[in-house]
Amino acid sequence: MSEVFEFTGDFLKEAERNIAKYPADRKQSAVLALLFLAQEQNHEDGHYVTQAAMRTISEMLEMPYIRVMEVATFFTMVNLKPVGKFHVQLCGTTPCMLRGAEALMDAVKEKFGIGHGETTEDKLFTLTEVECLGACSNAPMVQINDDYFEDLTPETLISVMETLKGGGDPTIGSQMGRASSEPFGGPMTLTTGPGAQTADAPNAPKETPVYIGPGE
Amino acid sequence: MPTLKVNGEEVEFEKGMTVLQVCESAGVEIPRFCYHERLSIAGNCRMCLVEVKPGPPKPAASCALPAGDGMEVLTNSEMVTKARNGVMEFLLINHPLDCPICDQGGECDLQDQAMAYGYDGSRFEENKRAVEDKYMGPLINTIMTRCIHCTRCVRFSTEIAGVEDMGLLNRGESAEISSLEQAVASELSANVIDLCPVGALTSKPYQFNARPWELKKTESIDVMDAVGSNIRVDARGNEVLRVLPRLNEDVNEEWISDKTRYACDGLRKRRLDKVFVRGADGKLAPSDWNTAFKTIADKIASLEPSEIGAIAGDQCDVESMFALKDLMGRLGVTSLDCRQDGAKLDPSVRSSYLFNTSIAGIEQADAILIVGANPRWEAPLINARIRKAWLNSPVRIGVTGEKLDLTYSYDYLGAGPETLKAVADGSHSFAETLKKAERPMIILGPGAVSRSDGAAVLAAGRAIAEATGMIADGWNGFNVLNTAASRVGGLDIGFTPGEGGLDAAGILDGAASGAVKLVYLLAADEIDAAKLKDAFVIYQGHHGDAGAHAADVILPGAAYTEKPGIYVNTEGRVQMARRAAFPPGDGREDWTILRALSDTVGQTLPYDNLGELRRAVHTACPHMTEIDAAPTAEWAPFAGDASLSDLSDAPFASTIENFYQTDPISRASETMAACTEEILSRAQAGRDAAHG
Repeated sequence: MSEVFEFTGDFLKEAERNIAKYPADRKQSAVLALLFLAQEQNHEDGHYVTQAAMRTISEMLEMPYIRVMEVATFFTMVNLKPVGKFHVQLCGTTPCMLRGAEALMDAVKEKFGIGHGETTEDKLFTLTEVECLGACSNAPMVQINDDYFEDLTPETLISVMETLKGGGDPTIGSQMGRASSEPFGGPMTLTTGPGAQTADAPNAPKETPVYIGPGE
Repeated sequence: MPTLKVNGEEVEFEKGMTVLQVCESAGVEIPRFCYHERLSIAGNCRMCLVEVKPGPPKPAASCALPAGDGMEVLTNSEMVTKARNGVMEFLLINHPLDCPICDQGGECDLQDQAMAYGYDGSRFEENKRAVEDKYMGPLINTIMTRCIHCTRCVRFSTEIAGVEDMGLLNRGESAEISSLEQAVASELSANVIDLCPVGALTSKPYQFNARPWELKKTESIDVMDAVGSNIRVDARGNEVLRVLPRLNEDVNEEWISDKTRYACDGLRKRRLDKVFVRGADGKLAPSDWNTAFKTIADKIASLEPSEIGAIAGDQCDVESMFALKDLMGRLGVTSLDCRQDGAKLDPSVRSSYLFNTSIAGIEQADAILIVGANPRWEAPLINARIRKAWLNSPVRIGVTGEKLDLTYSYDYLGAGPETLKAVADGSHSFAETLKKAERPMIILGPGAVSRSDGAAVLAAGRAIAEATGMIADGWNGFNVLNTAASRVGGLDIGFTPGEGGLDAAGILDGAASGAVKLVYLLAADEIDAAKLKDAFVIYQGHHGDAGAHAADVILPGAAYTEKPGIYVNTEGRVQMARRAAFPPGDGREDWTILRALSDTVGQTLPYDNLGELRRAVHTACPHMTEIDAAPTAEWAPFAGDASLSDLSDAPFASTIENFYQTDPISRASETMAACTEEILSRAQAGRDAAHG
């Protein structure tokens, strides 16, 4: 605990900018931003927030250390332990689970020997099971550092990770060739384009809708 | 007044009340875990769900729901019953149900409410979670698997105690309460044990000692400081096992300090349980009452009254001091004092030594000047009240004396009397603050009044009080913060030097110089016993402490839990303590010892039972009949001949070095020794690290 943490360079500037966003007596609102910055500044060295960093933040924001701890432990995006060069965050929430997230977990375990919260010996990969990352229509998916890799199968995930290990640059996004979340094999609804609506169509408006909103 | 219906009955309420409070006022019980009337609202246990119309068709948490005019609240509908059942089932999912080995068993909110509002079984068949136990110091035992995350402990330490040491770490199923593996550095920390609705935080010294139904509960009064906290003493057989707070809004609300709660194990250690008389060989030897009384009577007969002095200790009841004063009066002795610390309090004017504002009155103050006091240690509950006032109102607080962390922010005015002088003559800016305030108050601590220039400090205090409008109709802002439970009672009955008599320091110096040949110590231990070497010393008390070591005759008395007695707190509030246990061995109630001794010395005291003694006390001090009445002392001039120019330049210093060990009982307590070691040493180490 003798180590000391200080924001430096651009990180310090960014921290000050964040603190300045809030009134002087509400400084602690900047705690999450500062935790993130501390984590980023520590990117080369485990990409995590050290206790020393939390002490520094608690002093900068004039809030008790335990309150910083509460925030840091609440958010899973704040790493409290060193992570590998590639932090594989595997979504395990229902849609991804139904689409085979558990098989991905097993594949990583088998190939790289790491389970949830573990890091490979070469400090390259850390696997973390996280809650929904909001890419459900492309389930199952993982987030590796800042990028999403979607529509995964155990094979494609392993190949992505192998590419990263070899220093390569894997395709980000869908691993099945989708541009975003459109259906496979082209559109499946609205295939005919807009046609004339008739009054007896089941969803046809009965009368002109009344506009409700601001203004007259 | 707005009204709403609770279960069909119309109830009036005040604006700003919550639905839960309105239901309570209507006499409808709402189960709850996280809600506590003295803490902020968290709304996280969900046990207080009720059905409210109009509103969405789902139960609402009544603790956090503002009551609205015309609402209809149902607390017994099918929806509510089902909701409570469901919440209880969820709460019990991760609760270990180890009630048979849990210290909270029998007095557990979760146990009671599960019986009243829960299902009879669980449908949960998965693994329960287990949480590692935390270390929270020598007072608080933790079994964190039992925690239901109500966060009452976190809110208490943050809001009432004012130390942000506890927090809720992680979230969801991983949530854990933590104080980061260290003791909570507050004098009120153990109140979280009472607040904890389950068995997660329990009392460490009391661990596995007894079940609540085995204990005899006695309502009594605390003597560890002069606040006079209302306590309940729980004893099994003749052994006091624990002390708990009792509700008294005017004094301690529902909190007590850690010393009040935990010094009780000192009642079992170092007790004087036999009569001792110093033999010809210079050694104390066990003896019997008759021999001891005869020895004393012979000694007294051989002395002039002026060669005798008596000092009463800090924890004496009014009755025993009255009996001793009576006996000394009959012997013609005038050297009496109940002010061991040498406080220069003027016994002739009652309002000059009281906390006149009253403890509850602090909440109305809008400017407070604290002089030479460390209320956090000298009266933790008064400090908690000041903090409460500071949190709830725009009160300005100024401190003269040591610069300490008092759990609230204040203007630091200066270390010594020169600041006091400046405020008194109006040249200091804080004098203006006091003048402008509608209800200003001044608190003179023991660090100010027990100095050699204490009388001048009192005079300065009086000057400030009168100059800044502290004395008004319905408001008296002049306060002396006493630390000894017996002090106000002793001054009330006049246990002070009579015509030509010596005060405590005078008696001790006299004993050292040979002018005083016999000193009667009534449980007086906060004295320089080395000065008593040449005098004949009678020590009547309950613990083998400084006084007993110097004694030639030891008369074993009773501690505060072992005798009925009257205590007057620093406000001047008269309170009755009751007997929870009997003194060990040959120990006797103190007044009976004096009554028996009076027979042998030939000055029989005219009371044969406690009733008669109390009647005598009441005749001498009529206000002693007003049990638990708020103080109303007339303002009158005092400290007349002292002037501000007598003030020395020395800065005010606190009289307490160690909060946890201030009297014979707490010095004998192992728990208090552990606290000293753990909490004070850590704080000291922290200070050293900060400076070095």
